[in-house]
Amino acid sequence: MIAVLPRFKAFLMAQLEQLGGILLLLLDIVKTLFSQRPRWRETTDQICKIGWQSQAVVLITGAFTGMVFTVQTGLQFHKVKMDTAVGPVVSIAMIRELAPVLTALMVAGRVGAAIAAELGTMKVTEQLDALRAMGTSPVDYLVLPRFVAMLVALPLLTAEAMAFGILSGSVVAVKMLGIDGAYFWSNMIKFTAANDVVGGLVKSVFFAVFIALIACYKGFNAREGAEGVGRATTQAVVVSSLTVLIANFFIAVLYNAISPP
Amino acid sequence: MIQIEGLQKVFNGVTVLLDVNFEIQDGETTVIIGPSGVGKSVLLKHLCGLLKPDAGRVLVNGTDIVPLSERALSPIRKQFGFLFQGAALFDSMTVFDNVAFPLREERKFDEAEISQRVEEALVIVDLFDAKNKKPAELSGGMRKRAGLARACVARPKYILYDEPTTGLDPILADNINDLVLRLQDHFHATSVAVTHDMVSAYKIANRIAMLHEGRIYAVGTPQEIQTTTDPIVRQFITGGGSTQEAKHGAVSIH
Ligand SMILES: Nc1ncnc2c1ncn2[C@@H]1O[C@H](COP(=O)(O)OP(=O)(O)OP(=O)(O)O)[C@@H](O)[C@H]1O
Ligand SMILES: [Mg+2]
Repeated sequence: MIAVLPRFKAFLMAQLEQLGGILLLLLDIVKTLFSQRPRWRETTDQICKIGWQSQAVVLITGAFTGMVFTVQTGLQFHKVKMDTAVGPVVSIAMIRELAPVLTALMVAGRVGAAIAAELGTMKVTEQLDALRAMGTSPVDYLVLPRFVAMLVALPLLTAEAMAFGILSGSVVAVKMLGIDGAYFWSNMIKFTAANDVVGGLVKSVFFAVFIALIACYKGFNAREGAEGVGRATTQAVVVSSLTVLIANFFIAVLYNAISPP
Repeated sequence: MIQIEGLQKVFNGVTVLLDVNFEIQDGETTVIIGPSGVGKSVLLKHLCGLLKPDAGRVLVNGTDIVPLSERALSPIRKQFGFLFQGAALFDSMTVFDNVAFPLREERKFDEAEISQRVEEALVIVDLFDAKNKKPAELSGGMRKRAGLARACVARPKYILYDEPTTGLDPILADNINDLVLRLQDHFHATSVAVTHDMVSAYKIANRIAMLHEGRIYAVGTPQEIQTTTDPIVRQFITGGGSTQEAKHGAVSIH
């Protein structure tokens, strides 16, 4: 019992230190953004790596989530003869929650891990020191292109997941559940507002910031050796996924308060 | 000129550098010797601010670089070339792009000029044929040479070499020694080299400093170091055996 308290204190201090480190990194990114010349080539490379190459994963996630969600709600709603409400329910769920969160989780797993592993390896093989020794800031050369690319790519990927989720949901609704396509679409459009789409995309912007920051921070702070890089990678995925899930709730509440649905 | 005053560095409770006082004169080549693990690489990293000391000052041209932020250090570091002990090549880039990196970062050369200077540097370190390879495809010695080309290509004022000849065969090692001398002659580069290779040290050094127990234990010209009677220095430069034994060994050949 007595031993628990100091250990909890140490844990808390470590978490606070980490949070401080992440905020300092964000500050450095913002400063660099306004003081250095943009690195177009590195940034477009990263957009390609983060955005373009994540599309397959994100589309499959979006499509199958939309499909299973349609099947389940369709069967339940059929019992209470509300088949025509399936369209709006699927679309709101996809746009406001499922697409932003699931896309962010997939990207955290795929890209967050890759960023942490790459930067971590550069750290332990002194490549970061080599950059610094040449007068190039690792934040300018490595972090900023990834950060910007993530900010560009994640909302676009989220929009794709929304569209594919709804599209594949509609196919399931019409072909498998026998819901009238015209009802599905017209009700869906009637009950889905621009506000919902904006809400979903705003979330994805926040998630992009979290994933990029946490992955870069974890990579930069990797301990020596292969084990250190492995741990940094795992932590980047776990911490950014949890952050996405927890932040999702608060952003949703806040957004609803600012812009009521 | 680089002046090091009262430098102290502690890693997790272990004092690596205790009190280093030392001056590196412009246009000279200073060689730092000392047994493995004594803190030579750590000392070298303090010279361009890659590590921050726990106490002491490092003055580069009279400016104390210890309190400077990373951003403020950047222009000072552009005057430095650094060869890392493990070469530290960027493994996402080819040898050519690695060597071109410092030139591209300066943003004042066009690609033709960069290409010419990089190829020139690669010829000197005998890596021209490997210019399109990635670091993972190179041997340890080749990586070292690529790192060397990257450190020198922008013709920096100060060049810091961490074991430039380790892992190279004697002929290549001698080429590297010549390169260090040439950079000093032609471009008046100030070099600091860490090495275990006494042949190379005697050839390139204007001054040799020995790091021992966290301090600069001895400083002298190659001549002075070679003829010193100090037992600790003698033991290091003759590789443990006493001079008597070495002479004895030579006699027994015929
Ligand atoms: N980043 C670091 N964190 C903790 N300890 C370190 C770090 N860098 C170096 N050390 C310690 O400092 C001491 C000196 O290391 P350094 O690499 O300077 O030795 P060296 O003289 O260059 O040896 P060698 O000739 O083998 O390269 C070692 O005991 C090492 O464990
Ligand atoms: Mg060393």
